[in-house]
Amino acid sequence: MEPISGIPAFIAMVAKNLGIFTLVILVVAYATYAERRVSAFIQDRRGPNRVGPFGLLQPIADGIKNILKEETLPGTASRFFFVLAPIMVLVPSLVTFAVIPIAAPLPTPWGVVDMIIADVPIGILYVLAFSSLAVYGVVLGGWASNNKYAFLGGLRASAQMVSYEVALGLSLIAVLMMAGNVTLTEVVWQQQQLGMWYAFPLSLAFILFVISAFAETNRLPFDMPEAESELVTGYHTEYSAMKFSAFMISEFGHMVTASALMATLFLGGWDLPGSWDNAFWYDGQLISGFAENGAPIAAQPAVWKTLLTFAGFAAKTGFFLLLYIWIRWTLPRFRYDQVMALGWKVMLPTSLGYVMLVAMTILVLDEVGVQYGFFYGLALTAVSGAATLSFMFFLDRGRTIAGAAAHTSQKIEVKTIPTAVASEDAEPAPAGD
Amino acid sequence: MAISVKVMHRPEPETTSYLRAALSGMALTFKHMVNPTKVTQQYPEEMTHLSPRWRGTHVMEQHADGRPKCVACGLCPTVCPANCIRLVGGEDDQGNRYPIVYEIDEFRCIFCGMCQEVCPVEAIHVGRHFENAEYTRERFVYDLDRLMEQDHPSTLLWDPSDPSSE
Repeated sequence: MEPISGIPAFIAMVAKNLGIFTLVILVVAYATYAERRVSAFIQDRRGPNRVGPFGLLQPIADGIKNILKEETLPGTASRFFFVLAPIMVLVPSLVTFAVIPIAAPLPTPWGVVDMIIADVPIGILYVLAFSSLAVYGVVLGGWASNNKYAFLGGLRASAQMVSYEVALGLSLIAVLMMAGNVTLTEVVWQQQQLGMWYAFPLSLAFILFVISAFAETNRLPFDMPEAESELVTGYHTEYSAMKFSAFMISEFGHMVTASALMATLFLGGWDLPGSWDNAFWYDGQLISGFAENGAPIAAQPAVWKTLLTFAGFAAKTGFFLLLYIWIRWTLPRFRYDQVMALGWKVMLPTSLGYVMLVAMTILVLDEVGVQYGFFYGLALTAVSGAATLSFMFFLDRGRTIAGAAAHTSQKIEVKTIPTAVASEDAEPAPAGD
Repeated sequence: MAISVKVMHRPEPETTSYLRAALSGMALTFKHMVNPTKVTQQYPEEMTHLSPRWRGTHVMEQHADGRPKCVACGLCPTVCPANCIRLVGGEDDQGNRYPIVYEIDEFRCIFCGMCQEVCPVEAIHVGRHFENAEYTRERFVYDLDRLMEQDHPSTLLWDPSDPSSE
């Protein structure tokens, strides 16, 4: 099968752009609906169920409401940056989806179409670059509002997102060392070749990445920039109507992108168990693997394979979205110093140490001569499992993220006066009183 | 009475665990998420339960021929603590007293039910009904015809000889 080229390729590109963009926007809209429904179910309520069947038209009603609402502009706000900030938040959250492969290649009469908007060679670096751009919009929104709560929210956002960006990037290095490339299509391909998803051989990187992704997307328990109970609503306190909606869309857009990224990096992306769906462009032809003698085996792309792998990808992404919502409505918000302590004192050293550990394990396995495959993955799973367990054990002692009372060194000794001594020394009460 | 202090025994810091607590919390929320029993009342479709002693919109009882039972004795405007009842009484050829004007301002009314208690002929009642929204404020002054049109059940007032309303 040949890759698609010429005018059909251009048409396919436009169709993919429109399709995936619409899909992301729809998923974002229904993520808000899911958030409200799931939070209601968790609290034994019913949630929005009035607009349309099961309330399914609620996101559309919300959108119309937000468009028709009056825009307010604070008198002391910096007008240009105030309007610029929501745009700067919204755009990065929507464009990062472009490099994530969503399904197996689709065969058409004109050639095979990759189910990815842009298979750029820099892959993950593009995602990191654009997702960290979003913090500028948040900081700018907080600063331009000329409101102390918004400003504090923006400051917190910058500190938090910078701190967790480090752990996020470092936990990715383990994945990149395994995959040997930064393009997400190759990451998926290498997971297919390994015979297991990276969540198992790189379990600690998976956990660190999930925690960092929660912090990066400003979701509870890390929603310091918004922190309703402390900062009104943080950086978007002064925003109303569609500008507020833009911040909301970008928050959920980040969630969707982060979920898709976690699914791609650690749960095999669109890969489903078994080797029937494997597909990768190798030397200009689509292959599904290598024979014993190293000769490539041609892949057989099919429409049903594309649809099935897309369903798998959607299920994995949906699982992470549900996890986001589920955790939000379970855990309370961290204190600000706890967030910083967790980021710099736990996440950063752990991810650094884990990079070393994985690098050494890979080196040893390569020196011993273990082929990249299932046993390679099992060996790494054993090492990572031990690392994860010890990480859990030390984190679990309640020192880093427990309440202030947990710091025994600062504990105040409560002195009790022995009652017997007190009664002997006490002066007798004046008579006749 | 002696003051007693309840001492909460919290686990020692070295034995507390954030991760285990977080996981058990997530198990709890998941249990609630899949629990089909919800506390929300689907109000317009599903009416709320009103107590038999619920005191709501007034009802004026009428005779079989459509005349109000009210004899315009003037006890209810006298007893009304909110001063929301306006009564102008009249007398017909046989010497029967009847209300010419009988108005209750439902905004002023505090729904104490004393008009019903004091009425010698059991004409005015407070009813088991609360859905009396209107588009204008004027509509909240109920005149005699409107009070007689009300068809909801009237309140069962508390009877000292039958405290549990049996």
